[in-house]
Amino acid sequence: MARFIWLRLLQAIPVLFVVITVTFFLVRFAPGGPFDQEKAVIPEVKRALEAQYHLDQPLLAQYGSYLRDLLHGDLGPSFKYPGRSVRELIVAGLPATAELGLYALLVAVVLGMAAGIVAALRPNTWRDYLSMSVAMAGICMPTLLLGPLLVLVFGIWLDWLPVSGWGDVPGDKILPSLTLGAAYAAYVARLTRGGMLEVLSQDYIRTARAKGLPERVVIFKHALRGGIIPVVSFLGPAFAGLLSGSFVVETVFQVPGLGRFFVQAAFNRDYTVILGTTIFFAVLIVVFNLLSDVLAAWLNPRVRGALQGGA
Amino acid sequence: MTPRSAWRVAALMMVGMLLAACDRGHTRVEEGDATGVLHFGNGTEPQSIDPQIATGVPESRILEALFEGLVGKDPATLAPRPAVAESWEVTPDGLTYRFHLRADARWSDGTPLTAEDFRWSWWRALQPALGNEYAYMLFPIRNAEAFLDGKITDFSQVGVRVLDPRTLQVELTAPTPYFLQLVSHASYFPVPRHVVEKFGGTTDRFTAWTRPENIVSNGPFRLAGWKLNRYLRVEKNPLYWDAAHVRLNAIVFYPTENIATEERMYRSGQLHYTSDIPIDKIPGWRQHHPEQTWLNLYLGTYFYALNVAKPGLTDVRVRRALSMAIDRKTLVETVQKGINTPAYAMTPPGTLGYQPPKLFDFDPQQARRLLAEAGYPDGKGMPPLEILYNTHEQHRKIAVALQQMWKKYLNIDVGLVNQEWKVYLDTRKNMDYTIARFSWIGDYVDPNTFLDLWITGGGNNDTGWSNAEYDDLILHRIPAMKTQEERFAGFYRAESILMSEMPVIPIYTYANKHLVSPSVKGMPPNILDYYSFKDIYLEPAR
Repeated sequence: MARFIWLRLLQAIPVLFVVITVTFFLVRFAPGGPFDQEKAVIPEVKRALEAQYHLDQPLLAQYGSYLRDLLHGDLGPSFKYPGRSVRELIVAGLPATAELGLYALLVAVVLGMAAGIVAALRPNTWRDYLSMSVAMAGICMPTLLLGPLLVLVFGIWLDWLPVSGWGDVPGDKILPSLTLGAAYAAYVARLTRGGMLEVLSQDYIRTARAKGLPERVVIFKHALRGGIIPVVSFLGPAFAGLLSGSFVVETVFQVPGLGRFFVQAAFNRDYTVILGTTIFFAVLIVVFNLLSDVLAAWLNPRVRGALQGGA
Repeated sequence: MTPRSAWRVAALMMVGMLLAACDRGHTRVEEGDATGVLHFGNGTEPQSIDPQIATGVPESRILEALFEGLVGKDPATLAPRPAVAESWEVTPDGLTYRFHLRADARWSDGTPLTAEDFRWSWWRALQPALGNEYAYMLFPIRNAEAFLDGKITDFSQVGVRVLDPRTLQVELTAPTPYFLQLVSHASYFPVPRHVVEKFGGTTDRFTAWTRPENIVSNGPFRLAGWKLNRYLRVEKNPLYWDAAHVRLNAIVFYPTENIATEERMYRSGQLHYTSDIPIDKIPGWRQHHPEQTWLNLYLGTYFYALNVAKPGLTDVRVRRALSMAIDRKTLVETVQKGINTPAYAMTPPGTLGYQPPKLFDFDPQQARRLLAEAGYPDGKGMPPLEILYNTHEQHRKIAVALQQMWKKYLNIDVGLVNQEWKVYLDTRKNMDYTIARFSWIGDYVDPNTFLDLWITGGGNNDTGWSNAEYDDLILHRIPAMKTQEERFAGFYRAESILMSEMPVIPIYTYANKHLVSPSVKGMPPNILDYYSFKDIYLEPAR
């Protein structure tokens, strides 16, 4: 098992290196620079600005010094927000994004699994069709639409929940979490249904039922454990996706998270922030993929056995 | 647990979450009305609150609460009024200003604020290494531009002199009737040397002196909290010389990037003021709450620039034909829901009494005649033209409307090119376009801010247009003129040249758009969209 983890971590290094290199050169080759704006900047001032950020040096030299700083854990200063470092922006934005991602994941798991189980227990009945239609709608409906829709209903018409903010007014975390979690809940529902249907037709479930175990025990003790393996392997990438994909929800609900910086940085050509956040998200995705692989392996006796045998 | 009970658990969780949020009591606006706290939608997260680094409108709002220059502005008339300087004199030749600082001017840490603070701050503003994008605002001061360019290294040759701790003398290159307006702009605000130098180099952009725990300012408010992407809060500064007349206790500035969200925040009582209104929402607001819907003429012009070096556009008759074939009234009324004003010149009407010339009108017949004279009867043989605009729904709608009008009235096919903002700026700068959307917001109320753009080789003149008489007027003759009447006549002449040569096609004059709570008082509208926060107060409706 340890060797498996080590191997996966070693594989991550070239992946991250490629991500850094491609991003570095891609953002530099995009037309326009961080100091271009509607009103032209005096040439002397622009030169001074470029010198301050070492943009006057050859691109390869800049790349080299960026990698050197990165090895020391230095992500550099932001171009757009003078006086702020990229690390500071990430640290400022991460708690809200992580919290939002966690709640959204909770919404996804609770709602998704409930709907998936309901559907799997009564396949091809109205319950199944209803759950799966709602799930399909959840997958199809973009957060860009769902967010304002929920706000309109719960925030404005019913006036139950705040329309925006994060931790300012009680209850303002509900709508963003629901909005972000909805699409993932839908995936979880479909995965749960599929996994459960497969497991429920297995012999050991029939045995359990034949033994006269209560249905509750059969479902939650025996069936669920095997049925949710696809869900578990989905959770890692899902959480990484929730973190890196929350910018729409963050914008719609004014959540002070990382996603807004990420997107704005691209528009602003804030080179260091684009790179810093990209690297950060890349690391997250690698780590969560690894975690969910480990977890799925541990849940699945066959894979667990194979790994232990190999080690 | 049966499937039904699984549903029940999920439903219960939802209801619980909702119930937890139900008892929300008063809205933020109601609480603010009671405690004197203004909740202000400010558009974006401020880039910086260093007066010599910040440039945007959201930043300037915060700076105007935190700092104060020598001269202030009356929020209704925009006339200069005493601020840190209690009085000033101008010599009859208009070249020398002497400012008398008030005795009780001080920084928010109690340190006295003196003439030397201004001299040092302006010296800092002109350091190229600082990267002050607004440095050009100081150029009317004698030798300021030469100092920034490095042609002069001795700051004592620049026209800023400390006569004594309470007297500052400023010498200008040429009479500049709008100089007091410039002095009231954020780029002339003082910065506390003792604090700036404590936290880093003078010209260092990466210092921590503007952080809430470090910053010292001299305005009616002081910084009380700044949470990145959440809010920036300022509270009344008890050491401000006019603290007795500051009526708000605090202002909270929110970065409201998404204007649809901002409008919803306003509707649910979270904001007193919005930085903008989504254009589709304006008819509804105007119909149901006209008293809360602010639509006022703004010192900004939306126009199309023509690359006069491109085939077809080299001919002034083609340029004029394009302009005359635009039905601005219909455009503004349909696409723009009637909020903006059709423009027939660069300078917005009523810029401190200046009325720009109107040399043409919507005239499709005349436009067709001009086009035929230029050798393109009924649009035949017209070289390809394309409208370049940056990604934005409104820009697209306007471009489509103009495309249709030019097809309908001139029978010319014009393409559309949409580019992302920075790409668009790059294309524009390299003059790799035929027709491009532009806009310009005036820095101060004077025709000069709209007309000095178009001098030959000007930093913002991306049209390639050049006219010797125009250059001479803007650069030499008008600056030497003594009276405002003379100057305005000079600008009228210059703008008449511009509008008959037509390197730029004015389309409309901007309106500023805000939703403002009825409890907000002391905030008169003006063409600069400037607010004096010390004069604002909240009076809840009874």
